[in-house]
Amino acid sequence: MPVLNINGRNMSVDAAGDTPLLWAIREQLQMTGTKFGCGAGLCGACTVHLNGEAVRSCQTSISDAAGKKITTIEGLSAKGDHPLQKAWIAEQVPQCGYCQSGQIMQAASLLAKNANPTKEEVIAHMDGNLCRCMTYSRIQKAIMRAASEMRTASNAGTERRAT
Amino acid sequence: MNTHVKIPQMESTDLSRRSFLVGTAAAGLALGYSSVPGLLGADSALAAASNFDPSVWYSIAPDGIVTVTCGKADMGQHIASTMAQIISEELGASWKDMRVQLASNDPKFNDPVLGAQITGGSWSTMMNFDAMSRAGAAGRMALTEAAAASMGVPASELVVRDSVISHPKSKKSLTFAEVVKSGKATKTYTPDELKAIKLKTPEQYTMIGVSVPQLDIPSKTNGTAKYGIDVMLPGMVYGKVVTPPVRFGATVKSVDDSDAKKVPGFIKAVTLDDKTGTTTGWVVAVANTYANARKAADALKISYDGGPNAKLSSESLFAEAKRLQALDDSGQFFVKDGDTAAAFGTAAKTMEAEYTTNINIHAPMEPMNATAQLQGDIWHIYSGNQFATRSGAIAAGAAGVDPKFVVMHQMWLGGGFGRRLDADMMVPAVQAAKAVGKPVKVIYSRENDMTMDFSRPLTFQKVKAGLDGDGKLIALNHDVVSAWPTQRWGIPDFLSPSVDKKGPLDAFTVNGADFFYTVPNHNVRAIRNEMAHNATPSGQLRSVAPGWTFWAVESMVDEIAHAVGKDPAQYRIDMLDGKGANAGGAQRLRNTLLAAMGLSGYGTKELPKGEGMGVACVSSQERATASWTACVAHVAVSPSGEVKVKKLTVATDVGTQVHPDNIRAQVEGAALWGLSLAMYEKATLKDGGIEQTNFDTYTPLRMSQVPEVAIAVIANGEKATGVGEPAVTVIAPALGNAIFNAVGARVRSLPITAEAVKAAMKA
Repeated sequence: MPVLNINGRNMSVDAAGDTPLLWAIREQLQMTGTKFGCGAGLCGACTVHLNGEAVRSCQTSISDAAGKKITTIEGLSAKGDHPLQKAWIAEQVPQCGYCQSGQIMQAASLLAKNANPTKEEVIAHMDGNLCRCMTYSRIQKAIMRAASEMRTASNAGTERRAT
Repeated sequence: MNTHVKIPQMESTDLSRRSFLVGTAAAGLALGYSSVPGLLGADSALAAASNFDPSVWYSIAPDGIVTVTCGKADMGQHIASTMAQIISEELGASWKDMRVQLASNDPKFNDPVLGAQITGGSWSTMMNFDAMSRAGAAGRMALTEAAAASMGVPASELVVRDSVISHPKSKKSLTFAEVVKSGKATKTYTPDELKAIKLKTPEQYTMIGVSVPQLDIPSKTNGTAKYGIDVMLPGMVYGKVVTPPVRFGATVKSVDDSDAKKVPGFIKAVTLDDKTGTTTGWVVAVANTYANARKAADALKISYDGGPNAKLSSESLFAEAKRLQALDDSGQFFVKDGDTAAAFGTAAKTMEAEYTTNINIHAPMEPMNATAQLQGDIWHIYSGNQFATRSGAIAAGAAGVDPKFVVMHQMWLGGGFGRRLDADMMVPAVQAAKAVGKPVKVIYSRENDMTMDFSRPLTFQKVKAGLDGDGKLIALNHDVVSAWPTQRWGIPDFLSPSVDKKGPLDAFTVNGADFFYTVPNHNVRAIRNEMAHNATPSGQLRSVAPGWTFWAVESMVDEIAHAVGKDPAQYRIDMLDGKGANAGGAQRLRNTLLAAMGLSGYGTKELPKGEGMGVACVSSQERATASWTACVAHVAVSPSGEVKVKKLTVATDVGTQVHPDNIRAQVEGAALWGLSLAMYEKATLKDGGIEQTNFDTYTPLRMSQVPEVAIAVIANGEKATGVGEPAVTVIAPALGNAIFNAVGARVRSLPITAEAVKAAMKA
């Protein structure tokens, strides 16, 4: 049985190796925060991280995911308090909310590499994630807010270390 | 369709038919949710006997937590939170004590005005405001009386705020929790007593008008919100539907499952026997996992009889629409004011134009799904649905049982937009569960979801205008040809009598055409396109008819203004004179248009070559439920016809704002839907089937296509109106009019394409 490392835990999955990671996460592991939207890598609702990179779990087989570090929305933060999650609440981003796990995971992979993205960089990074409620402008605002908070926190950390 | 399904009688009701008795909510919900403890989190609290339940709409637990049961489908409009907000205003509860859960299809949760569980039309706030306010006030009064007895002071001297009842003179106070715990709050209210309650006046509001944090949002940032697709039941298996190449009318000739049987976990291929007439030619592949169900579905070899619609295309539907429109005796009249024929005879000038819209697909991000489980005699259905009353009946029809044996478990909706008013997903879930004797969760693939959508119908409209010597519009004939989405439901109460007494018509195909302009001679004819009605069963897509009627009306008014050399905005203002039946509404619409003009800087400066601003104003949704909305669109058009939307300025008069931030979110979402429909979304029928199957060919707006959007919300103290849809309808005509002002190209077909703009520039 393939073993997946999900959110820091090793879990064995009773499924064929060509099973899309999405369905293993949702059904075998019963973590339903990751959503099915299109099954073709066109909408981003199923986005998770594989070794920190945002990937479409509907297009990733569990045999490709085995041995890599998988992070889902449930594992992004311990208490749902990643700066992006807090910013999503502060900006009151979600409407129906169905795409938002994928949006947050996609955004998190950007901020992990680029703590000060421009609006254009945000759009380029997020354009593969559809939101049918059209919350796009709030998503942008929330990403900028989270980036700003992460920069402040990291500056504060540096200062503390310096003193 | 649906002739075999008995729809529960939809009689309108009001507060007087509703009993507000302690304990009723607990009994109903204990039945509804008992099989899945913890599914919605709050069910166990509600079942507790020591709760205080002043109405069916909420329950107060001994810890002071107020759990509101929302009978409306929450598809992102945060309506559950809004209901809690209205209740908390009158109840005097602290916002941090408020929780929400979603109602089952028990009729006691029916909409107090509509008398059914249906969510649409941007109706929810306006139709529930009074009932929720009275329910909240009744709870406050009961708690206050109990507290007065405990404190030994007159109830009239008590003050209620933030879940605390206090007596300023003696400085005594009791929390809601303490009063509920004491068990002394037991008062019940007769309908007459409820009616007699004096509600707060707007200047007394402390919650209404405040952008409180939406109660559902945290769960939508951490993956814990449960949608229909997330339901897990013990022993459950999975179904993947296989839908035929023809949208409607195909039948299954044979199913060869020999290859499917090689798929591990495959259980059965179930050919639907749908006596509700909702689906045709569907097969469900059932397996132990959804991944295996998909594999098995792909392995099934099914042969079909394509049926009567198998040769039809969008072109044939348009041709049929034109044929019907040309007949003098087709259709029924929705509006017949004055005598247009006589007025055309004396008119100084007449103009004619044809406007079309193509098929549009809802495509909510959560594909259609339903989970069905038979327990004893009761069918439990888990699905996010906008019309529990009818969907329960369809599920019952699919199961072959009376609707009273169906319990609908409402879930958060991963988008609705009108798609989840329909109940097709109930049929494969129920029949597959029946066939395999286990709970089955059926999930559509995106391809199933798109090709089997109850789509916004293809429409053809012809408008003829007559002008007097001063260029004033004196006569308008407006013919609207489309499939009739609401008639398809088979519920007579949703149809409207025709003015010419030729039988009921589907007003949800012509709403909006009964505008607030003063035009003395005015006909609106609703013509059912039978061919389209049968081949492309249509549905209610966000904003419904005003999404196409205002495309025609607001484009035509612009064409007329230009033809007579008047500023299109001023021409509208002149017609919004508020005469006769238009009094009040016309002036509010005029003011909204002026607000949008002011905010956008309309007409204040010369724009660069190739740029233009265009206006439109609408009274969506229905004439009686209008939210007055205007848009100024600013576009730049390249010589190749490419349109860049620079800015959309939208002003909307909503009467009363319950939640200002949510109104902005809804209006922005609606405006961007309008843009998406106007420029990016097009579905086509070919050989009886929808050609677009996924987001590569059906292409809703993405982040990179979002223009600047400015929104002005006007709240003038009138009754609260709906905000989820109206702004959808104002965008397309504003864009078309802006394109004309930019480059002189008039487009009359949606979606607007660069090719059409370029062709119109040459013409």
